[in-house]
Amino acid sequence: MAGMVVYLDHAATTPMLPAAIAAYAEAMSVVGNPASVHSQGQNAKRMLEESREIVATSLACDPIEVVFTGSGTEAINLGIKGLFWARAPRRRILVPGGEHHATLDTVEWLAQHDGAIVEWIPLDHEGRIDLGALADAIARDPLDVALVSVIMANNEVGTLEPVAEVAALAAANGIPVHVDAVAAYGYVPVDFRTLAAAGVSALSVSAHKVGGPVGIGALVLGRATTVEPLIHGGGQQRKVRSGTQDVAAAVSFAVAASAITVEQRAARQPEGAGGVKTVRLAALRDRVIAGVARVAPGAVLNGDPTTRLPGNAHFSFPGCEGDSLLFLLDAAGVSVSTGSACQAGVPEPSHVLRAMGRSEVESRGALRITLGHTSTDADVDALLAALPAAHAQALVAGLADRVPGH
Amino acid sequence: MSGGVDSAVAAARAVEAGHEVVGVHLALSRMPGTLRTGSRGCCTVEDSMDAQRAANIMGIPYYVWDFSERFKLDVVDDFIAEYAAGRTPNPCMRCNEKIKFAALLEKAMALGFDAVCTGHYASILTDADGNKELHRAAAWAKDQSYVLGVLTADQINHSMFPLGATPTKAEVRAEAAERGFSVANKPDSYDICFIPDGDTKGWLGERVAPVTGNILDREGNTLGQHDGAVAFTVGQRKGLSIGTPAADGKPRFVLEVRPITNTVVVGPKEALAIKEIAGNKYTWAGLAPEHPDVAFPCHVQIRAHADPVPAVAQVVSTTAVTGVLDSVELRIIPNEPLAGVAPGQTAVVYVGTRVLGQCTIDRTVSAVPVAVTASVSTDTVPTASVPTASVSTATVPTASASPVPVNA
Repeated sequence: MAGMVVYLDHAATTPMLPAAIAAYAEAMSVVGNPASVHSQGQNAKRMLEESREIVATSLACDPIEVVFTGSGTEAINLGIKGLFWARAPRRRILVPGGEHHATLDTVEWLAQHDGAIVEWIPLDHEGRIDLGALADAIARDPLDVALVSVIMANNEVGTLEPVAEVAALAAANGIPVHVDAVAAYGYVPVDFRTLAAAGVSALSVSAHKVGGPVGIGALVLGRATTVEPLIHGGGQQRKVRSGTQDVAAAVSFAVAASAITVEQRAARQPEGAGGVKTVRLAALRDRVIAGVARVAPGAVLNGDPTTRLPGNAHFSFPGCEGDSLLFLLDAAGVSVSTGSACQAGVPEPSHVLRAMGRSEVESRGALRITLGHTSTDADVDALLAALPAAHAQALVAGLADRVPGH
Repeated sequence: MSGGVDSAVAAARAVEAGHEVVGVHLALSRMPGTLRTGSRGCCTVEDSMDAQRAANIMGIPYYVWDFSERFKLDVVDDFIAEYAAGRTPNPCMRCNEKIKFAALLEKAMALGFDAVCTGHYASILTDADGNKELHRAAAWAKDQSYVLGVLTADQINHSMFPLGATPTKAEVRAEAAERGFSVANKPDSYDICFIPDGDTKGWLGERVAPVTGNILDREGNTLGQHDGAVAFTVGQRKGLSIGTPAADGKPRFVLEVRPITNTVVVGPKEALAIKEIAGNKYTWAGLAPEHPDVAFPCHVQIRAHADPVPAVAQVVSTTAVTGVLDSVELRIIPNEPLAGVAPGQTAVVYVGTRVLGQCTIDRTVSAVPVAVTASVSTDTVPTASVPTASVSTATVPTASASPVPVNA
């Protein structure tokens, strides 16, 4: 560990599992294109497909349903664009307002370039999709709906979404549903078989959020679902995602995925209220929530207070700029996030908080603290020790730089 | 750190001087361009990356701070409003006054910093009593003290300009190359950063609706029509499209833009010569003169790249000249009449190399009197009290009642 740095931004990326690093390095030294017919090719193919099976197990789907991609973002693009194109000439895409940019920007692109009609489904004050509004939107013209896309756990505020209910509403009208499970995977059970039974057609995940490497994600594509590919070439992976497959990344991903499977099996034991990691993270998170309330009075917890990701604590600090707090905590050796998207490092007011009905000013003083497999009580102690001074100073800095003529 | 060579070298020198330095890039647009194109524009994602790479090399933390809203309100909207009011603003000065040494400095101080350090070519010297003074840079060709003329004593006390003593820009580039900065040979940025294609007229035309109005001579006679007073700047000769030639056959120039009546006043080139400049929004860059109401010799510079000219300046409290009650203004009388002066510009007053202060020009007096038989145009302030000169003002009287230095 380098110095005293306290890493509390696991939702951005989490440290790779040591076993995943070792497996990655070892697999990289193996030569062979899994599409080659000779022995080396067959060996590479074996490593790849074993990895696919392990990843499939962690997601409760069939191996043939796992399409490896270069990232979670690519998986989401493939799921949404692929379904939209496959469902032509249907035009409507129904999406909640607080989705990740991978979804927002994809559907906006389809609206601008491909005739899609995007309809934003409102969120409640805790960031949960308004199911009534979704039902109404579907009912307006169900035959023209190409797809519904919904996030499983909000990557900013951590609220768990009623994905099965969303799927049921859509399935009743024969509408496919894509689920963005990038933030949920590894933290709450992602059971594709159950979700598919409820009506989910495709689901996206990413390896680096769960202790695997950056550079590989997966789209789980139900065997009955067709999507148009984004990338054309050698016809790998159900002809849905051409390109030589990254065996080493898949092997490393599989190591992280198997840890998830172990965790979820533990969670399903009758005496367990959750897996070891989940229970431990939820306890740390609740320490963060209680501690912030104590040392930074006025801070508001965003998202559902209980139906939320075990590692996520997201706050608004009225009167503070999120990026001031981030800077001050960073200077104190604590890495956190404002949680919102950046363009050239510029934090925008959180579109998630805006979609939850917060004002633009409230949407700026946000801070996301996310825990992961390496987090400890000492990390939480360090955060709570640094926060009072940072909070006081950020309050002084205030929103002065926003107020003209000050 | 803009992503340019000057701020990168300034930061590196501050680091080497032993300061604890954090690199900050100002995001001034919510929709930054992706790539820099030629030397135009700034604040693109590429510029931000250039700044970050320089910060990486000198081993300092780096952050992007978002001042896009302040910048829009205080600089961009102000620029449009000033043009719409017939004045010629300098947005870079406004940015220094309102953003870099105000919003940024305030935020930095609140977060525990002591000073803002920039790559401006200017020097801060300390007088015998320990007071900080703002001076021209050693490199006269690169000197940027003019655009810093708006700084107040308090701001100067919390500013650092490590490039001030550097004799040439070439030396800064060589130092950047030696330090391994990728920006060593990056072109200088010109033009107004928020008008990336450099077409200021076209950009303004999209934002200020042009309304047809009259072109007048100095005596108030209508000579023709224009397509929008805002498109004209004082000193402009081309594009007047007046049918009838002047009586003396000489070309006519824009002398005045009057937004209230949407008229443009034209006249002979000689009438552009200004014998008096005044503004009631003035500040002192450091210690104020002991007796500012006693006329003192100085040099005045009215544009970033203009030459300073000898003048006398004084602070005058008056009600008679401007027609504004209790007006206190900085009045500057150049030794020789001065061309190219327009309301909205900043007059920076120097004593030697020292920047003493500045005012935003809101009143000028032409050296060439209007013919005695002239009819007086109605939208200017009373000219009766100064019968030998035409008084040009673009200031709405009720809006200029601030007798104290602004930029507190």
